[in-house]
Amino acid sequence: MNWKFSGDRPVYQQIMAAIRGAVLKGELKPGQKVPSVRDLAAAAQVNPNTMQRALTELEREGLLVGGGTSGRTVTTNEEILRAMKDRILDELARECAEKFMVFGITPTQAAELLLRLDGVKED
Amino acid sequence: MEYVLQAQDLTMRYHNTLALDNLTLRLPKGRIIGLLGPNGSGKTTFIKLAAGLLTPASGTLTICDEKVGTATKAVVSYLPDRPYFNKQMRIREQLDFFQDFYADFDRERAEEMLRALNIDPNMKFRTLSKGNQEKVQLVLVMSRRAKLYLLDEPIGGVDPAARDYILNTIISNYDPDATVLISTHLIADVERVLDEFIFLYQGRLIRGGNADEVREETGKSLDELFREVFKCLPSC
Repeated sequence: MNWKFSGDRPVYQQIMAAIRGAVLKGELKPGQKVPSVRDLAAAAQVNPNTMQRALTELEREGLLVGGGTSGRTVTTNEEILRAMKDRILDELARECAEKFMVFGITPTQAAELLLRLDGVKED
Repeated sequence: MEYVLQAQDLTMRYHNTLALDNLTLRLPKGRIIGLLGPNGSGKTTFIKLAAGLLTPASGTLTICDEKVGTATKAVVSYLPDRPYFNKQMRIREQLDFFQDFYADFDRERAEEMLRALNIDPNMKFRTLSKGNQEKVQLVLVMSRRAKLYLLDEPIGGVDPAARDYILNTIISNYDPDATVLISTHLIADVERVLDEFIFLYQGRLIRGGNADEVREETGKSLDELFREVFKCLPSC
């Protein structure tokens, strides 16, 4: 998982984003057990209370289930997983559109620019 | 909320210098708290008062509802800002010393951490590098099952990798019943491990609270906030 944090946003929100990203990328699979708060906190080098808060919030969102003594797992609920994916991609699209907007490029024009990248292989 | 430490109108003077000025604050249980402030703001004085090494000029200071004294020393684990072990001693002897002295010392844990650091307990203190001396002291201090850990500049003189190790040690020893107070001016390094922070300036509390809440409110990191708050204050 990518544990890089910037200082200007609450750390727990950044942890939540990192875990959502890990699920989206398939690093954490539906039904897979999530490491303990203590292990995750040590890996991310954050305060265990902060990690706890992030996991509790993700539980509230429905992405993680459990939370008892047996630990948490990633939900297998397709609807929740799909909603999360839509939300992340929507946010990404918005961010992207805002960046184009700075140069006066509308989303339609931006889409054309993006289409040009179609078929271009990554290095 | 339960508090592990409570200070009320705490004042401390060194001759004519006011080190703490009517300081009132409370430290909740189970938190990692940053005691932050520029040089000479009273951080070390506050820690020494809590460790029972100094007596306040006025005001009260209680730890676990007891006035600071012999009884509170049994539940407070203190890391001074400079090396204090006898350099002629072997690490093993220092472990014996801690075991004799503190009922809450977990020797097994200390030995385990030393092994993880590849430090041979038969070595004498003076043969260790400065960074390793600091690590060994931290290992001993964190191996006590105390209620309050007072760490005065634990990351001051060590390299970034050692800093990570020290912060990891603090996180992985986390106990929901215990509070860790870390004094430092290297805010960026400790930022992510802190639950709460206290900004001290000229012996007074000028800002404090929950680290994530402040980031949410201000959109700034503690480091940025510190620079901003202390920029406009004279002589620092």
